[in-house]
Amino acid sequence: MKKKLQIPIRLKVLFYAIYMSMILYSCKEKEQSQDYTKIVTEGEMQAELTKPPMVPKPIGDRVAMKLKVNMEIKEQEGTMADGVKYTYWTFGGSVPGSFIRTRVGDEVEFHLKNHPDNKLPHNIDLHAVTGPGGGATSSLVAPGHEKVFSFKVINPGLYVYHCATAPVGMHIANGMYGLILVEPEGGLPKVDKEYYVMQGDFYTQGEYGAKGLQAFDMNKAIKETPDYVVFNGKVGSMTNGNELTAKVGETVRLFVGNGGPNLVSSFHVIGEIFDHVHVEGGALMNKNVQTTLIPAGGSAIVDFKVETPGNFIMVDHSIFRAFNKGALGILKVEGEENKSIYSGTIQEGIYLPEGGTIQKMPENATTKTAAPKRTLAEKTTIGKQIFGTTCFACHQSEGQGIPNSFPPLAKSDYLNADSKRAIKTILHGLTGEVTVNGKKFNSVMPSQNLSDDEIANVLTYIYSSWGNNKTEITPEMVKALR
Amino acid sequence: MQKKILIIFLFLVLIGFVRAQESKMVPIQEGSFVPLYGATSKKPVLVKSFFIDVFPVTNTEYLNFVKKHPEFSKSKIKGLFADKSYLDYWKNDLDFGNVNSKAPITTVSWFAAKKYCECQGKRLLTIDEWEYVAMADEKKRDARTKKEFNNYILSWYEKSRTYENPIGQTFKNYWGIYDMHGLVWEWTSDFNSIFLSGESRKDKSADQNLFCGASSVNATDLMDYAAFMRYAFRGSLKAQYSTRNLGFRCASTTKL
Repeated sequence: MKKKLQIPIRLKVLFYAIYMSMILYSCKEKEQSQDYTKIVTEGEMQAELTKPPMVPKPIGDRVAMKLKVNMEIKEQEGTMADGVKYTYWTFGGSVPGSFIRTRVGDEVEFHLKNHPDNKLPHNIDLHAVTGPGGGATSSLVAPGHEKVFSFKVINPGLYVYHCATAPVGMHIANGMYGLILVEPEGGLPKVDKEYYVMQGDFYTQGEYGAKGLQAFDMNKAIKETPDYVVFNGKVGSMTNGNELTAKVGETVRLFVGNGGPNLVSSFHVIGEIFDHVHVEGGALMNKNVQTTLIPAGGSAIVDFKVETPGNFIMVDHSIFRAFNKGALGILKVEGEENKSIYSGTIQEGIYLPEGGTIQKMPENATTKTAAPKRTLAEKTTIGKQIFGTTCFACHQSEGQGIPNSFPPLAKSDYLNADSKRAIKTILHGLTGEVTVNGKKFNSVMPSQNLSDDEIANVLTYIYSSWGNNKTEITPEMVKALR
Repeated sequence: MQKKILIIFLFLVLIGFVRAQESKMVPIQEGSFVPLYGATSKKPVLVKSFFIDVFPVTNTEYLNFVKKHPEFSKSKIKGLFADKSYLDYWKNDLDFGNVNSKAPITTVSWFAAKKYCECQGKRLLTIDEWEYVAMADEKKRDARTKKEFNNYILSWYEKSRTYENPIGQTFKNYWGIYDMHGLVWEWTSDFNSIFLSGESRKDKSADQNLFCGASSVNATDLMDYAAFMRYAFRGSLKAQYSTRNLGFRCASTTKL
C-alpha cells in the first residue's frame, strides 16, 4: 500500500515540475516576443507629418520599415489670442509640432532642418528614443543646416518630443514640443475619429490679453505663473469654427500631450467619460475615467464613444486655467438626439428653497435713516440704479417681466391701479395668484430690504417708465405703510 | 573750378571718414570677469588689453577683400573652407546684390572670417574677449545683472531679419563699440572650445553642454539665459558653416 502511494506522489511532483517549467518557459517566451529590438525592417517610406489637431493615418498591421521624417524648425510670429502676438519656435511650423506616427520596430531616419532665417540653434529630444539625450546629443543644428540621425522605436506608446537646447525651458516655453506615436504590433483598435491635442503654458511680459507682440518672461516661467495655458498653441485653437467634429455614434480617440514646460494637466472632457485611457500614454489601460492626469512631458491616449449631440468642452480641470487662461477646446458632435441617454431640458420652473412662505431679507440700520428731499429727476436716477441691482433679474430691463413667471411692470394695470399696494408689495412681499394685464401669475416676491427713500425712488422710477402713469412716491408715503 | 575741387575734396574726406569709421578700432582695457562657461572652478578669467573693431565687417568691406583674394569668392572657395551656403545671398562673385552695402557680411565661414582679419593684420576675438566686451551696456562695464539690458538682448532674438540692418544702429556701449547685441551673431576664434575640446572645463566629458540639463551644470549664472543662447549657438557650429545670422569683426593685440 505504502509503495503504491509513493509512486503517484512522485509522479505528481514530476508532473508539477514539468508544469511549472512550462509556465516559466512560456513566460520567458512571451518576454522574448516583446523584444522589439530584433524586428527586421523591410523597405523604406516617407513619414506623413500632420499639424494639430490632425493625426496621420493609422499604421495598423504594416511591417516595420525605415521611416524617413523630415522636420523643419521655424522661428515665427503667431497669434496667442485676439490681438496678442508671440514669437513661437516651432517644429514643422505649428505648436505643438508635427505629429509623427510610427510602429514598434520601425527605424526612424530623422532629418532635422533649421531654417536659414532662424536666429538660434536647436535640437530634438524624442522620448521615444532609447539613447543619450533622446537624440539631442546627435541633433544640435545651426540655422541653415540639417542634422540626420536614426533610431529604432522599441517601446509602443505615445511620447513627447521637445527641443533640449540651452536654455531648455525657454525653447519648450516657446512651443518646441510635439508627439510621436509608436503603435503596437497590429496597430491600435479601430476608431472613427482621431485627433491631436497638446497643452502648453506660456509666459508673456504682459498679462493675459495684453495686446501687441508679447515677449517671453523668464521670471514668470521660473515662478511657474503662466499668463496662458492653452491647447494647441493658442487661445481658441479648437473653438469658433475650429472645433473638433464627430457624429453621434462614432468613437473618438484623442492623442493628448502636455508640453509644459511647467504645469501638469488635469485633462477632462465636459459631458463625456473616457471609455479607455492609456495611462501616461503607455500600456496600462484604465476604463471609465472622468479626468486623467497628464504630466509635463507626458501624454495619454483616451477614447470614447459619442452618444449624444452637442458641444463637448475639453478643459484642463484645474479650472481657472480653462476659463481664465485659455485651456479650452470644443468637440462638436452632430446627429440625432438620444433622449434615453440625455433628455435635454424637460421642464423649466422656479425653485424656491425657502418654500412658499414669504421670506424676510435681513434688516439693517440703513432702513431707519431719515429720508432726504429729492427732485423727481434725482429720484428716477437713483431709482434706476436700485432697479438695476434689485428688480432687474425678475422683471427684466424694460419691465417686461418673464412670461408665466414674473409679471410685467411696463404698462401694468395691476401696478397703475394702486400705488399703495405697490409700496406694500415691496415692503412686505407678495405671494399667491395675481392677474396682470389679463394674465395670471402665481409666484413669490420676497419682501425687499430697502429704505423708505430707496423704495420711493425705485417706485417713482418704475411709475415714470415704460408707459406707466407717472405717480411720484415719497418716503413719507412708504413710512406710513411700513 | 576751385569750388568744384573743394567739393571733390570734401567728398573724398567724407569717404575717408566713413571708411575710417567702419574699420576703426578702439582699445579695451585689461580686466577680469566670470564668464558663463569656461572658467575653471568658476574663477574670473583675465582678459588682457586689446583693440577691437567698432563695427562688424560690412558687405562693402568684404567685397573689397574678395576682390583682392578671389580664392575666397563665392564660386572659388574650397569646399573644405566653406559649406554650400557661403555668400548665399550674393548675386555672384563680385556683387552682393540688393542688400544694404553697410549691412554686416553674413554667411561666411570661420575660415573666411579668420582669413579676412589676417589680411587686415588683425585676428578674430576669443570667446572671453567677445563676452567681456559684450557684457557692457551704454554706461556699465558689466551690465549682465541689469534687467533692461537682458531684455534688450532677448528682444533681439524675437526680431527677424535683423541681418538686413546697417551697422551702427544699435547702442554704443561703454567701450564705444556698436552692435555686440541686436544685429548678428559673431564668429570667435575659439567658438567651439567650450563644447568640443573640453580643455578649459573641469568636467572632461566632451559634449556635456549639448543637451538637456547638462547645459546648466557648469554655468555660473543660471539667469543669464541670453548668454546660454550664445554658447548654444557657438556649440552648434562647425568651422566651414555659414549662416545668415552670423557675421564677425576683428581684433588686434597691438595697436595697428
